[in-house]
Amino acid sequence: MDAVVTRGLTRRFGRFTAVDGVSFSIPEGSVFGFLGPNGSGKTTTIRMLTGILEPSDGTAEILGTDLVAGREKVRENLGYMSQKFSLYDDLTVRENLDFYAGLFNLPPALARERAEEVVEMAGLSGRTRDLAGSLSGGIRQRLALGCAILHRPKLLFLDEPTSGVDPRSRRRFWDIIYGLAAGGTTVMVTTHFMDEAEHCDAIGFMYDGRLIASGTPADLKALLPGSAWEIPSEDPIGLLEQLRGTEGLIESAVHGRSVHLLAETAGERVFESIGARRIVPSLEDVFVHLVTKEREARAA
Amino acid sequence: MMIEAVSLEHAFGPRRALKGVSFGVEEGEIFGVVGPDGAGKTTLVRALTGVLRPKGGTVRLLGSLSPEGAREQVGVIPQAFTLYGDLTVWENIRLYGAMYGADPVEAERRGREILTFTNLLPFGDRLADALSGGMKRKLAVAAGLLHSPRVFILDEPTTGVDPVSRREIWGLLYQLNRAGLTIFVTTPYMDEAELCTRAAFLHEGSVMACDTPKALCESYPWQILELSVPLRDVRPHLAGVPLREVLAFGTAFHLVVEDAASAEAAVRETLGRQNVPVRSLRRVPPTLEDVFVELAGRAA
Repeated sequence: MDAVVTRGLTRRFGRFTAVDGVSFSIPEGSVFGFLGPNGSGKTTTIRMLTGILEPSDGTAEILGTDLVAGREKVRENLGYMSQKFSLYDDLTVRENLDFYAGLFNLPPALARERAEEVVEMAGLSGRTRDLAGSLSGGIRQRLALGCAILHRPKLLFLDEPTSGVDPRSRRRFWDIIYGLAAGGTTVMVTTHFMDEAEHCDAIGFMYDGRLIASGTPADLKALLPGSAWEIPSEDPIGLLEQLRGTEGLIESAVHGRSVHLLAETAGERVFESIGARRIVPSLEDVFVHLVTKEREARAA
Repeated sequence: MMIEAVSLEHAFGPRRALKGVSFGVEEGEIFGVVGPDGAGKTTLVRALTGVLRPKGGTVRLLGSLSPEGAREQVGVIPQAFTLYGDLTVWENIRLYGAMYGADPVEAERRGREILTFTNLLPFGDRLADALSGGMKRKLAVAAGLLHSPRVFILDEPTTGVDPVSRREIWGLLYQLNRAGLTIFVTTPYMDEAELCTRAAFLHEGSVMACDTPKALCESYPWQILELSVPLRDVRPHLAGVPLREVLAFGTAFHLVVEDAASAEAAVRETLGRQNVPVRSLRRVPPTLEDVFVELAGRAA
């Protein structure tokens, strides 16, 4: 069964259409990575799905219930971690957990048990008396996640959960997300770090309010034309300029200290001779390609 | 020295945002400060540009201790750069040109040049409010360049923009740098640090390391094996193999090891015994992300 199904979901603010006819579904127990630049409509979509905003048009089903008609019925099965984390900085870790347990109406004994679990899962042992405001980014983020899952939601929305944390804590956070999914929780998570989303079960790419592609990471990579290559370089931006116009070159873009390119069969030899290596394209490669195509279509 | 920071200290209440930050930016460099949200990047930029008076330490811009002394030669793009939404692209350019005291004819010429390079010229008569996020950011960058500064300070010019605009902004920075502009830029994206002449890792208010990308990678104390397997988490299958750490890197895993050759044999043997298909396993040079993960681990 699908935990989320949307059909033509749309939200307008005055004359501005923030989310424009978005349709997708998320199977139960899977992790859906919702990617796109700031302002592309990710947060607005999540706010509609969590019942904070009314859709202007279109419908959605959440856990088998109509989004608008059944809102009260599903609320207790939803978890939501917003970009701002909504922690009380002047309360301790423990007090934040107690506060959220109260919001979710957990009986005291159960609240204590769940709080123990969350402290364990989030690696907060020994920190329960610290003020939330004194915690580092990575620990705050895990506490915020803990607060959002105290009531064991079936469906969890995470809006840019990893934007304030160092690269080590980011990895640890994703391990926790996959652990939740393995336990049956459906997770919809937004991020603008493409590399994080490579292990999601499915991905949706938002661009200017529209879902420009969705599918498994492998499906999305299959959308790329030609073959994908990488050329390491100390001066990748310079190399990019040199490559411009080479026969057999479909597309090229800088990736750290290397150039990634898409080549037609005719060009493969040439690129190989200058040190190119075949690669599995990344989601970032896919998004670069989709945005380039989208822009060309608009310019035409 | 174009920018010199010595022992910068700052705190917001009990929270220390900058802990003795020192570095120097030489003429002609692209100097990058990399770190997650909350690491202190914006506080640092504010201290450098005189928006905030640090609680300790000194800043010299182009040799001057007072930000006013260098103002005409410095361009600054703060994260929340104010464009006038109800003015067109060209009107914004003219307004900022006048505000920075640029010669009107020169500002017009330079504005045209930058708008052409950033693909904004066709949108010259569009209201700034009607631009996409990536276009707004490019317009902000253009606005900071109209008075032909010698040093350009940008706070997260690419955070949250689409991946194509992100690359266009770096292409622009690179061109400006080749034309002689010294650039100081902050970013949360590790792959962008690879494009800097030198990069400083900022972690919870401290500079953990500062050097050329090449030297930073060479200073990495371990070896890396890149493993590709069709699994979301390979760790349970690697029990018993002496690995320092297993990190998810896009679709692959980076195995941090002391000796790549012996570890490779052990990994192949262990995975083979469990019938885990290995798509690829090879030694790769560390990326800056590996280096930062290591440094963040040491700090914890």
